[in-house]
Amino acid sequence: MILGIETSCDETAAAVVTWDGEIASNVVASQAELHRRFGGVVPEVASRRHLELITPVVEEAIDGHEIEAVAVTTRPGLIGALLVGVSAAKALAWARRLPLVPVNHLHGHVASLYLKPLDLQPPFTCLLASGGHTMLLDVRGRDGYDVLGTTLDDAAGEAFDKGARLLGLGYPGGRELDLLAREGDPEAYAFPVARVPGLDFSFSGLKTALLYAVRKLSEHELAARRADLAASYQRAIVRALVERIEATGADRVAVVGGVAANSELRASLPDAALAPLPLCTDNAAMIASAARYTDPVPYPEYLSLDARPTA
Amino acid sequence: MEIVTASPDETEALAARLAERLSPGDVVTISGELGAGKTTFVRGAARALGVTGPVSSPTFTIGHRYEAPTPVAHLDLYRIVELDPEEWGDLEPYFDGTVAFVEWPEHGGDWLPEARAVVTLEHVDESHRSVRIDSDLGL
Repeated sequence: MILGIETSCDETAAAVVTWDGEIASNVVASQAELHRRFGGVVPEVASRRHLELITPVVEEAIDGHEIEAVAVTTRPGLIGALLVGVSAAKALAWARRLPLVPVNHLHGHVASLYLKPLDLQPPFTCLLASGGHTMLLDVRGRDGYDVLGTTLDDAAGEAFDKGARLLGLGYPGGRELDLLAREGDPEAYAFPVARVPGLDFSFSGLKTALLYAVRKLSEHELAARRADLAASYQRAIVRALVERIEATGADRVAVVGGVAANSELRASLPDAALAPLPLCTDNAAMIASAARYTDPVPYPEYLSLDARPTA
Repeated sequence: MEIVTASPDETEALAARLAERLSPGDVVTISGELGAGKTTFVRGAARALGVTGPVSSPTFTIGHRYEAPTPVAHLDLYRIVELDPEEWGDLEPYFDGTVAFVEWPEHGGDWLPEARAVVTLEHVDESHRSVRIDSDLGL
């Protein structure tokens, strides 16, 4: 069995996965849980938070399972946050004389599709859309992918969150925007879908268009049109994502990352393969899954393994 | 100096002029509302410093670091409500040997290194932005 560890951004996560892709445990420490365990106000982002959580989270994930390899996200992410996971993984692997597998977080997202029961086989075209990343990937084998396109400015999840903020729904509010959009008319506003060459994405102009639409309204008018704005804005983001997928001509499509939770995107891609929602957002089962198709680093070479901010 | 730019390309070109005057260790703060062009400005400067790949928003990830002839860091402190010493420890590697651009510097409190240039972006209308650069760099 493989122990996976993930600390690249907000989530402190550990999971145990079998070599054939069964999830034995999958633990993600959320903000809410953190408040319960430690009480009080915690900073949004700090390696300290990962440091406090990593040991209990890993212990809960291992729970008596026999670990044969340790996998950890080494890139990309916030350096300090990544380092907590990498250091914990090194220490665990060293103490138990196990091989260590460095995993790219983005490969992890794709590998969430290789877990059972989905167990998706390449080839397929994969949309990876989250708060921090938006990419279109050509997946030919389980050991990697080629990048077909990427966002030139904001990630799709970020566009949802910032749109929610402009509409007064708080930040991050991608989920709230999705809920509000169900009550609105998606054709009420014609927000521009940015057209950039090739298969890249751009959401920054769309955000500005929403800002100016909101600015033109009085507070009273905004309250009346908020659902229409949300629905039209969401429609524009989803259309941009779907158009790019269609432009690849792919007949097998998969979607991973937190934006895969968006209801309109799911409805627009009825034939796409989607991982279960808990595997769409950051987790460590996907990291252990990716490790099944990544070369391990033997002891003692992995002691010099470093975290990298870039992919 | 204060200039009104008429397009993202003009904002990038202005940023490139500032970038030519910067060297590793310099910190530039960028302030402005959502959609004012903060990431666009950083992209223009990063291009001038030799960064070739996409320069995307770091709001969610907090920090990006680009290896280039002059390494570039791009930070967004929006999600950090008020920087404390331990969080500063997380961010310090981004300032090491780079020209660092920092969005939402007001969330950095007293922990940010002193800025070499202070950039303020404002909406004029949908396509025009007012760009103010305060520095001793002769711009």
